[in-house]
Amino acid sequence: MEKQHAKFTKEMRSTHKILIPDMLPIHLKLLAAVMRKNGYNVELLQNSSRAVIDEGLKNVHNDTCYPALLVIGQFMDALKSGNYDLDKTALMITQTGGGCRASNYIHLLRKALEAEYPQIPVISFNFSNTESSDGFKFTLSMVFGMLNAVFYGDLMMALYNQCKPYEKNEGESDKVLDDCQAMLADKIVNGGFGKRNKNYKYILNAFSKIERTERNKPRVGIVGEIYVKYSPLANNNLEKFLLKEGCEPVVPGLMDYLLYCIINNVNDGKLYGFKNKMTRLSAILYKILIKMYRKLVKRVEQYGFNGMHDFEELRKEADELINQGVKMGEGWLITAEMGCLASSGTENIVCTQPFGCLPNHIVAKGMSRRVKEKYPDANIVAIDYDPSATNVNQENRLKLMIANIKDNAKL
Amino acid sequence: MKYSIGVDVGSTTVKSVVLSEDYEIIYSVYTRHFSKVREAVLEQLKKIFEKYEGEYKISITGSAGLGLSSASELPFVQEVYSASLAIKNLYPDADCAVELGGEDAKILFLTGGTEQRMNGSCAGGTGAFIDQMATLLKVSGDELDWLALKAEKKYPIASRCGVFAKSDIQPLLNQGASLPDVSASIFQAVVDQTVAGLAQGRKIEGKVLFLGGPLHFYKALQNAFKETLQLDDEHAVFPELAPCFMAYGSAVYASKNSDFYSHEEIINKIENAKQASGVISFNPLFDTEDEYEAFLERHSKADVERADIASYEGNAYLGVDAGSTTTKIVLLSEDRKLLFSHYTENSGKPLDVVSLKLRELYDIMGDRIKIVASAVTGYGEELLKSGLKIDFGIVETVAHFTAALSFCPDVDFIIDIGGQDIKCFKIKNKAIDNIMLNEACSSGCGSFIQTFANALGYPVDKFSKLGLFAKNPVELGSRCTVFMNSAVKQAQKDGASIEDISAGISSSVVKNAIYKVIRAKSPDELGKHIVVQGGTFLNDAVLRSFERELGINVIRPSISGLMGAYGAALYAMKKSKGVSTLITKQELEDFSYKSATVTCKGCTAHCSLNVLTFADGRRLVSGNRCEKGLGKKESEILPDIFAFKYSYLTDNIINTNENPRATVGLPLCLGYYDQMPMWNVIFNELGFKTVISDMSTRKTFVYGQHTIPSDTVCYPAKLAHGHILNLLDKGVDFVFYPCESYNIDEGDSDNHYNCPVVAYYPELLKANMSVLNEDNFIYPYIDLNRPDNVSSLLAISLAKYGVTLKEAKRAVAKGYEALEKYHKAIEENGKELIEYARERNLPIAVLAGRPYHLDPEINHGVQKLISALGMVTISEDAISNLTKPPKLNVLNQWTFHSRMYRAAAYVAEQKDMHLVQLVSFGCGIDAITTDEIRDILEKNGKIYTQLKIDEISNLGAIKIRLRSLLAAIE
Repeated sequence: MEKQHAKFTKEMRSTHKILIPDMLPIHLKLLAAVMRKNGYNVELLQNSSRAVIDEGLKNVHNDTCYPALLVIGQFMDALKSGNYDLDKTALMITQTGGGCRASNYIHLLRKALEAEYPQIPVISFNFSNTESSDGFKFTLSMVFGMLNAVFYGDLMMALYNQCKPYEKNEGESDKVLDDCQAMLADKIVNGGFGKRNKNYKYILNAFSKIERTERNKPRVGIVGEIYVKYSPLANNNLEKFLLKEGCEPVVPGLMDYLLYCIINNVNDGKLYGFKNKMTRLSAILYKILIKMYRKLVKRVEQYGFNGMHDFEELRKEADELINQGVKMGEGWLITAEMGCLASSGTENIVCTQPFGCLPNHIVAKGMSRRVKEKYPDANIVAIDYDPSATNVNQENRLKLMIANIKDNAKL
Repeated sequence: MKYSIGVDVGSTTVKSVVLSEDYEIIYSVYTRHFSKVREAVLEQLKKIFEKYEGEYKISITGSAGLGLSSASELPFVQEVYSASLAIKNLYPDADCAVELGGEDAKILFLTGGTEQRMNGSCAGGTGAFIDQMATLLKVSGDELDWLALKAEKKYPIASRCGVFAKSDIQPLLNQGASLPDVSASIFQAVVDQTVAGLAQGRKIEGKVLFLGGPLHFYKALQNAFKETLQLDDEHAVFPELAPCFMAYGSAVYASKNSDFYSHEEIINKIENAKQASGVISFNPLFDTEDEYEAFLERHSKADVERADIASYEGNAYLGVDAGSTTTKIVLLSEDRKLLFSHYTENSGKPLDVVSLKLRELYDIMGDRIKIVASAVTGYGEELLKSGLKIDFGIVETVAHFTAALSFCPDVDFIIDIGGQDIKCFKIKNKAIDNIMLNEACSSGCGSFIQTFANALGYPVDKFSKLGLFAKNPVELGSRCTVFMNSAVKQAQKDGASIEDISAGISSSVVKNAIYKVIRAKSPDELGKHIVVQGGTFLNDAVLRSFERELGINVIRPSISGLMGAYGAALYAMKKSKGVSTLITKQELEDFSYKSATVTCKGCTAHCSLNVLTFADGRRLVSGNRCEKGLGKKESEILPDIFAFKYSYLTDNIINTNENPRATVGLPLCLGYYDQMPMWNVIFNELGFKTVISDMSTRKTFVYGQHTIPSDTVCYPAKLAHGHILNLLDKGVDFVFYPCESYNIDEGDSDNHYNCPVVAYYPELLKANMSVLNEDNFIYPYIDLNRPDNVSSLLAISLAKYGVTLKEAKRAVAKGYEALEKYHKAIEENGKELIEYARERNLPIAVLAGRPYHLDPEINHGVQKLISALGMVTISEDAISNLTKPPKLNVLNQWTFHSRMYRAAAYVAEQKDMHLVQLVSFGCGIDAITTDEIRDILEKNGKIYTQLKIDEISNLGAIKIRLRSLLAAIE
């Protein structure tokens, strides 16, 4: 029984504030700025108290995965905070359109809003044409801006993670990160955001000037379901915890996920023997993006930092471990990332997932045996996240993995 | 002197070990900390410092030690790691170590590729599990051990989850299994969970160390491990030091990694340890004593009038509630006054308990009082009804509803929290509209509070009273009871008081009920007139938390624990014909019975039947799903579509090739329940011989269990492992099992995916079953919507057997025909069954699920239960083509699920059809479909019934739901 839900109209662009959940702290600041530049009044949600989880529990079926619960809980908590004019607020949520439950988050959110906030429109952020709204349209310039935001975000995330554990002056890496964010924010408003080479250089210079000790800490890779992997709210500040424990976190970039989504269209065509507009377009887009990304990686390496994985390497790794046909949720990408991390010296891997995540039964827990067969030194720990899993339980398992690292180092 | 100290702070105990300069153990101590972690540690250390003066290296380990260490800035070592250090020092030749703790289970493989494993989020197979089971049997841990040593046989018990185990154990007890046998089965379940769940395919062999409290104290557990792993005394080592083993490892770690501290420094550090402020608290339950008094005053009003049975003269009405663990009896006077009530444990023998009480009653009543009608409800309904000739039997929900009505004529919601169960009923238009029961991940009930009180050293009533005036009750979360254990641990670590924890636990039970069982978005959804009952609500802290959470006042009848029996008595009064059939005083004197347990061989469900033979020659059979076991003829049993579908799939395998190219194995699991005819025909056309795997049983699951990497995946997927092994045993040349991201597009849905598990399970099987290789497992990625592509992929994957593209094309075309024929046959059979039902005016149940819910091991014979209740059963795919897909609030993106939506839309328009949805535990996708299907049905005034099933199934609960559905239809 379909109910008429509020639509985000063209008029609302000027009247409404759009709330978005903060999935990736570094990237989303930029993405939000890009959207602001394009005329949308957006705000990143930062509320993270226990009330977020409680609201989630109240409003979502409890067997639904944790990311849905948190994102919807964060929205509901924000709406109830009294900080927003409820007649002039809209929400935005991503929608992947794949075979996993995640494509349904938007509908779960609408159900949650139904009773109390029927007037609040929800915008689907998707590139798969699952749904659209009059008031929110991707323009070419916005898409370019967003792409750039992903490039810069991945760059800063990689550099920050490589500097933070070794900085001699405490807090310097954070300062540099803030400085780069400010520089980019300024460029978004005043022009020059698209000058990638110049901006890369600025960021790379800034980070390489940070005084650092020898890079000798054990590296710990973080892979997993995309929200839990990146969001500190969901993974209980996993990166901070690893830093505190004397490790260097290695977090694969967001571009991996984008390329994964794009190449899956191409893969489908190859696997099932067809070609259409979508497969052709995706193939072209893939080629362009990977070329742009390789340029970035090359620059990173020129500065003596570790570059991000080459996506073609990931695909090769995937072919050896699983099939690229496994494309629901983060699919083969998780398995491939585990393999690539292990093969490039990051044998310690935390695999984050929402409790009971369906695709991860296959690609994470289901494949860790195969990854270990290929890389016997791989030290993989799977951590489940859910509303009631406690920090103690998770940290204890992480501590075990870390103790193993130290042990392996001695041998 | 210089010493090294290791301190191990676990969930319930503190252990310390002191090493001398030459690493000898000179002191060890083991005490319970009763959640006063810091105090207990300090006490132990102070004793040590007195005894051994000097300088100390120190290190802390253990799950509760983590917080203490970071707050005090003393060195920490993870407990599994400290175990491995200890093993290296003391047992350098050990190959493997198994450690069971309070809430953790760990395996350390030490030789041949070191590896450590810890249990995931589900805590089956740990000390907490054993405690939980001991509580269920009402014995202490030691008694459980002592009982188990006297066992003669063992039963299979699910160990993954305490709730599942309970569902296995309760029927065993009710059927008269001996306590020793059940106890031994519990320990065996722990072993199975460790061997299968934790080791996941790796063999536990060589010299094996067994560590941790449970393995040190429980001899029966030790024996079970030795037996299962086939270890002799030389290879199974149970170290004397076991309880303090981690503390020893921690001391070893300290000796190498810690700085020296003076005793003042250590004491200072621990005393001044800054508590992390991780505790989230909520408002006190009561601010003042006066508030509490007013609360008590208000609730005291919900009382019943009583009359003295010793002086009353006239007619009386008897109500009996035979629950799974307790029996309640109520006697009412003509003017509805309570004459007599009785509440007792039944020890699995309700018949004995009630007949005994009835004798007493007859003696008291003499000729003054005459019972003119009687009614019985609860699990033991049938048994008591026929055994004691009680007039009426009614379903529990109706009994509770009847009782609640007398306290609150406008009642629109009833919630009953007992020791082990939570039951909730929604009332609409004076009828029961919706029933909710607690399940695996929403298990927190009354016994949970009791277990905790005991663990913390308090009797339960005193413990819960502590919470009433707690200043800062802690927030403990609401998923599984074991998660709550960890939350309590964390709160303790963060310095929460017993009072705060007590209030927190009461509130957790309530939140679990509201948000997990009822799944209310807001309190308004429950209703305005709520009656609460069940023993747990006699606890004021729970009642107060409930009212707080809802923000309204509720009614707690003074006879909260007797409501079922009270309702039954009222029902008897209403239906009374003036004379009761109840067993007379005379008959009661000669009353006796014999009980025997037999396994029904009528079909594959193999129901365990309990046969009672009464002294007057009457017989009663219970425990049956269908009526076959009762000696009914096949023709008298109502038909259902399941038998037809199953037989179509398995009995009609076509093999016409005299000299087959090879033998292909098709596993009877997951997607094959929809596609078997298609692949059989394709392979037959291609010149192969088809062999399918045998019908699933519990053994199928156990057979493949050691290769299952994810404990929380659904049961249908877990069964796939056993089917593959079964096919290989049958000597097939290869197993064919394609991966299918997409299912067939049946039109009008947003997309047509398979769920991730159905789509890619072959990939998981290949990666985790070492018996599979490139030759014997063929699993191409195909999209059935592209027949040409399917043909060419088939030709490629079967090239080895000489299959050409041309052959493949022809075979695939025939395959699609076969698939369509199968789907048509289901629809035809559905039509016939609908006609059959309508001719006889019988209600029709649409059992909606996935194709693989046809598996008898997955559906547990639910359809037979439905038939026995007088409904004709069809499945969702029989009617899903009769209507257009409904407009949905969600993305309609999976083929199998789309069928359910369509079926629901069709049922909504049919007066005599009722939909019952089967949901496999752990199915994340059904978190979305269930709400949507409920919506479709309720919009059209239909009742939605959901049955959750897993490796075990609580048939009692299922029966209640189905009977309530029938009661509501009437």
